Amino acid sequence: MSFNEISEKAAELLNVKSAVAHWRYQRLTAVALVPLSIWLLLLLNKALHAPYAETLHWLAAPLNTFAILAWTVAVIYHAALGVQVVLEDYVSTLTCRHAAIRASNLAFLSIGIIALISIILIFLR
Amino acid sequence: MTSKNRPLSPHLQVYRLPITGLISITHRLTGVFLSLGLIAFVAILICIASGEQSYIAMQGVMSLWFCQLIYWGFIYALFFHLCHGVRHLLWDLGETFDRSTLDRFAVYELSASVVLFVLTFIIL
Repeated sequence: MSFNEISEKAAELLNVKSAVAHWRYQRLTAVALVPLSIWLLLLLNKALHAPYAETLHWLAAPLNTFAILAWTVAVIYHAALGVQVVLEDYVSTLTCRHAAIRASNLAFLSIGIIALISIILIFLR
Repeated sequence: MTSKNRPLSPHLQVYRLPITGLISITHRLTGVFLSLGLIAFVAILICIASGEQSYIAMQGVMSLWFCQLIYWGFIYALFFHLCHGVRHLLWDLGETFDRSTLDRFAVYELSASVVLFVLTFIIL
């Protein structure tokens, strides 16, 4: 096998195109999460200490609603990408690895959907 | 090729990790911990959506000392992960790779994470 054939085969096995997309989205969500983390802290602070009406009022402000929605979407995507890398490094059997990644993606997707539904329900209150 | 004399990567049991290596594995651990924390985040959202009664119950549970411990652990993990994440973004730009800046920036990011944590603890 020539070097080119080997590298083509490797690229095919490692799914290089999706690897580049993985890298790019991990960075993109990371950059978004830096400022959005402030809103997470503000929300947690309200939720743990403020009266109910105050938390609802805070969440109803358009900027806060938008920031929490954006944080939720970005963090779920970022976490799924990150856990995928961890599984790729520590689960060596390929069939187990793919099953584990699929299970983790499904778990994060469910968490994300439940979070978004909750935010919509809070907004409707 | 015989498999007897092949080079080995450093064994973690005998190899003392440099500070960047220690931070790197901690970045991973905090990432997994924060991911698990998302379950608690969703639980809090559900309690807010369910009405005032469950909201007050949630506040009661979260004020327990071990929940407070996990809560502030989550917040420190967040700042650690954020600070080292910014460092990764700097590396992606091709900056701060040489040995001298490597250790210096490691100290900067650890200090930044502690300062942010203490500020949050005081303000919130």
